[in-house]
Amino acid sequence: MTSWLGKVTWYTSVDLPLAEKVGKAFEAKYPGVTLRVERSGAERNFQRIGQEYASRIYNCDVVNSSDAAHLIIWKREKMLAAYVPEDVARDFPATHKDPDGMFASWRITLSPIAYNTNLVKADEAPKSFADLLDPKWVGKIVKAHPGYSGTIMTATQQLSRDLGWSWFEKLAKQKVMQVQSATEPPKKIAQGERAVMADGGEYLVLSLKARGEPVEPVYATEGTPLVTGPSGIMANAPNPNAARLFFAWSMTAEAQQLNVDAGGLRSAHPAVKEKAGVRKFSDIKTLREEANVVADKADEIKAQYVKYFKV
Amino acid sequence: MSLGRTEPSASVRSHTPRFDITRPALIGVALLLAAMIVLPMGWLVVYALSDRDGHATLANFVTLFTDAAFVEPLKTTLTISVSVSLICGLVASPLGWLVARTDMPLARTVRTLVMASLVTPPFVGAIAWEMLAAPNSGLLNQFWRALTGADEALINIYSLGGLIFVIACYTFPYVFILVANALDRMPGELEDASSMLGAGTWATARRITIPLALPTLLAGVLVAFLQALNLFGSPAILAIPAGFHTLTTKIWSLFQFPPKPQLAAAAAVPLLVLTIVLLRTQAAVLGRRGYAVLGGKYGAPRLIRLGVWRYPAAALAMFVLAMPLFLPYFALFNTAFSKMSSRLVGPETFTLQNFRFTFGELSATMPALQNTFTLAVAAATLGALLALLIAYTVARKAIPGYRWLSFLATAPLAIPGIVLGVGLFLAYTRPPLTLYGTLWILLIAFVTIELPAAYQQINSAFHAMHPELEEAARMLGATRLRTVRDIVFPLLRSAAIATWCFIFVGVIRELSAAVVLFTSETKVLSVLIFDLKESGDVGAIAVLSLSMVLLTTIVVVAANRFAVGFANRAPSRIGG
Repeated sequence: MTSWLGKVTWYTSVDLPLAEKVGKAFEAKYPGVTLRVERSGAERNFQRIGQEYASRIYNCDVVNSSDAAHLIIWKREKMLAAYVPEDVARDFPATHKDPDGMFASWRITLSPIAYNTNLVKADEAPKSFADLLDPKWVGKIVKAHPGYSGTIMTATQQLSRDLGWSWFEKLAKQKVMQVQSATEPPKKIAQGERAVMADGGEYLVLSLKARGEPVEPVYATEGTPLVTGPSGIMANAPNPNAARLFFAWSMTAEAQQLNVDAGGLRSAHPAVKEKAGVRKFSDIKTLREEANVVADKADEIKAQYVKYFKV
Repeated sequence: MSLGRTEPSASVRSHTPRFDITRPALIGVALLLAAMIVLPMGWLVVYALSDRDGHATLANFVTLFTDAAFVEPLKTTLTISVSVSLICGLVASPLGWLVARTDMPLARTVRTLVMASLVTPPFVGAIAWEMLAAPNSGLLNQFWRALTGADEALINIYSLGGLIFVIACYTFPYVFILVANALDRMPGELEDASSMLGAGTWATARRITIPLALPTLLAGVLVAFLQALNLFGSPAILAIPAGFHTLTTKIWSLFQFPPKPQLAAAAAVPLLVLTIVLLRTQAAVLGRRGYAVLGGKYGAPRLIRLGVWRYPAAALAMFVLAMPLFLPYFALFNTAFSKMSSRLVGPETFTLQNFRFTFGELSATMPALQNTFTLAVAAATLGALLALLIAYTVARKAIPGYRWLSFLATAPLAIPGIVLGVGLFLAYTRPPLTLYGTLWILLIAFVTIELPAAYQQINSAFHAMHPELEEAARMLGATRLRTVRDIVFPLLRSAAIATWCFIFVGVIRELSAAVVLFTSETKVLSVLIFDLKESGDVGAIAVLSLSMVLLTTIVVVAANRFAVGFANRAPSRIGG
C-alpha cells in the first residue's frame, strides 16, 4: 500500500548500530519504505555531501549531523528544504528548532571524560579536564578527532574557548591514542585498550555501561561539552516524500524515546522520559554550545588541532 | 611447391577485400587506454601546478618540501619502505630456498599457504593485528602479560615498528613467490658441476646459487619497496592512532574538508616519480642479469638434504606463516563470534550478534556486496579482454605505434592506487564525462590498476605461442578477428582464466583508489570495512572480512578448477 514511498537515504553520524536500529523501527512503522543508513563522521559526511553536490549527485534525503554548524552552513547555501514536523512545531523548545523551519535537534549528547572501572579506581579517576594533564595518564588516554567527528569538533571549540589551546598542546604530549569517531573512545576504554577517554559520545558510554561493560562517565568540574545534533531535509532530496515521513517520525516522542532508551542519547522532546540510572541532564554542568562560531571557524580549529596532534 | 598449395591462396585473395574491423577496434583500445591513464595523470599534473584559482604556480611543491607536515610523512614513508623491503628480502629468500631447493617437509603446503596469505587484503590484516597486538587489549599482549606478569606490552602495533611489521607480513609473499620460482627454474647442473669440482655445500651456495638468484631477489625487494611505498590501508589503520602520517594517508587527508586537491596532486608527484625511477632500476637490473637461466635443457634442481634440520625448518616456515595467516585469522574468527573483541570466545562471551547485525541490520552490507561483486566480475572480464587484445596487438605488431600500447598497458604500474584515485577524481568530476558517482569511475580505476599485471601474464603466454597457427588461419582466409576468436583465444584460455582470477582478487581487496572515488551509492566492501574501522565496529568488520576472503577463495578455486579441467583437455603442446 505504501510501496509508492519506496526508499529514503539517511546520512547520519550517530553510532551505526543505533542508526540501523532507528532505521528498522521506522521500517516496521511504515512497511514498504526501506531506509538506507549512510553513516560516517559528521565532518566526513559534510565533505562528502559537498563533493557530491559539486558533481550534481543527489543521494541524500535526510541529514543528521553531530556538528550543528553544518546545518547552519547548508541553510546558508540554500541546500535545505523547509519542513516542520508536527512534534517539532508543537513540543520542541525554540532553542532546538530553526526559526525558518529548516532543521531541529534530533539528538542531544555530551562529550564527557570516561574511564574503565577495572583499570582505574573511582577515587583515582580524573575529575576535571585539567586532571588529564597529570603525568600518571601518559599513554593511557584515547581521544577522537575533530576532523572526522562533529561531536569532537563541537567539543574542541568549547574546550579551546574555555580552557585555551594550551590545554590541547599539553594534552598532545600525553601520548594520546588518536582515533577518528567520537563513537570509538568509549569502545576502546570498554576493551581496556586505554584507561581513560578525553572525549567521545556520552550516549555510547551510557549504552556500554547499561550492557554491563566496565565504563563510567565523568562530568568534569569545568563543565562538559554539549553537543546538539540537528536533522533536516535536503532541498534536492531524491525521495522528498519519504524524507518527510522519516524526519517527522524521527522527531516523535516514540522515536525520541527509542534514542534515549536504546541509544543513551538525550532528547529535546519534553514528553520523553530520561533513562533510569543516568545522571539527569539538568544536574550536569554543560559548556555553552556556539554552533555559529563553529560554522565560521571549523577550518581554523582543525588546523590548530593538527598542529598539536600531528594527525 | 605443388599445385595443391595454390588452390587455397587463390581463395584467400577472394576474401581479402572483406572489411577487417580489427584495426578500428584496436585504435579504440588505444583511445580507451589514453582516457584511463593519460587524462587522469594530465589533470594531476595540471592541479599540482595550479593554485586554488587555477593560476600556474610552484607553491604546492614549495609547501611539499618545506612544510614539516609534508616532510615528516615523506621521511616516514621512506623509512617504512626501506625497512619493509629489507625484512621481506631477509625472510622471503631463506623461505623460498627452503621450499624450492631442500627436502623440507610440507614444502607444497607452505607454498599454498603463502598464496593464501596474498588473498588477505593488507588492511584486513592490519585490523586483525590490531586485535592481536594493540598494546593493552591485544590478545597476544594479554597472553604475554598473563604468562610473564610483565607490565609492558610485548608488541605495540600502534608504532612505526608495528606498522613496518604488518606491511612486511603482507608484502613478503610477493618476494617469496619471485624467489621460489627463480630457484625452481635454476639449472641444477651448475650446482652439480660446482660440487663435482670439489666445492662444499656452502661454497656452492655462495658462488653459484646466490649469484644466480640475486637479480630476482633484488627485483623482489624492489617490488616490496613499491608495495610499502604505495600502501594506504595499513598506515591509515595503524599510523594515525600512533600520531603520524605516511605520504598516502597525508594525500588522503587532503581530501577531507576543506579539500585541497592541488596539494594532494602535488603530494602524489613524489610517489609517482619514485615509483617510475624504481621500476626503471628494476628493469635495468633484470635486463642486465636476467640471462642466468638461458640455455639448453636442464635437469630438475637438486634438492639439498637438511637431515636433522628438516623439522626445525618446517617449524620455522610455519612460524613465519603464523604472522600473515594463522594469528590474524584466529583473531578475526574470535572477534566475529565474541561480544567483545578483546576477550576470547568462551561460553560466556560467544555470540552470533555480529552476524545478525552484519547481514540482518546493516543496510550497507548488501549494496556493498553487490557493488563489489559486479565491479570485480566486470573489471576481471574487461581487464582480461583488454590485456588479451593489447598483448595480441603488440606481439603481432598489428597497428603502427603498438609500442605505445605496450607502454600504456604497463604504465599504471608506476601509478600508486591513491594517486590514480586522485587523478580520476580530478578528470571525471567535470563535463564532458562526469563519471564520479557511478560505478564506471571505479571500474576504470580497477581495470587500470590491474592492467599491467594482467598484460604481463597474458603477454608471457603469448610468447609461448607460435604465430604459425594464426598465419595458417589467415592464409586460409580468416579475418584477423576470426583468427583471434578461433585460434588465439582458445589457446590462451587457461592463461586468460588465471588473469581473470588475478584481477578479481585484486579488485575485491582494492581500497586506496576506491576510498577517494566512492559515493554512498557506489560503496564497495573494502570502503565499508574502512568506514566501520573508523567507528570501531570491529564485530561487523570481522564478519565482513571473513565473508570477503571466503567469496574470493570460492571464486578462485572454482575458476582454477574450470581452468585445470580445460587444461587437461587442451593440446599438450602449443605452437608449430
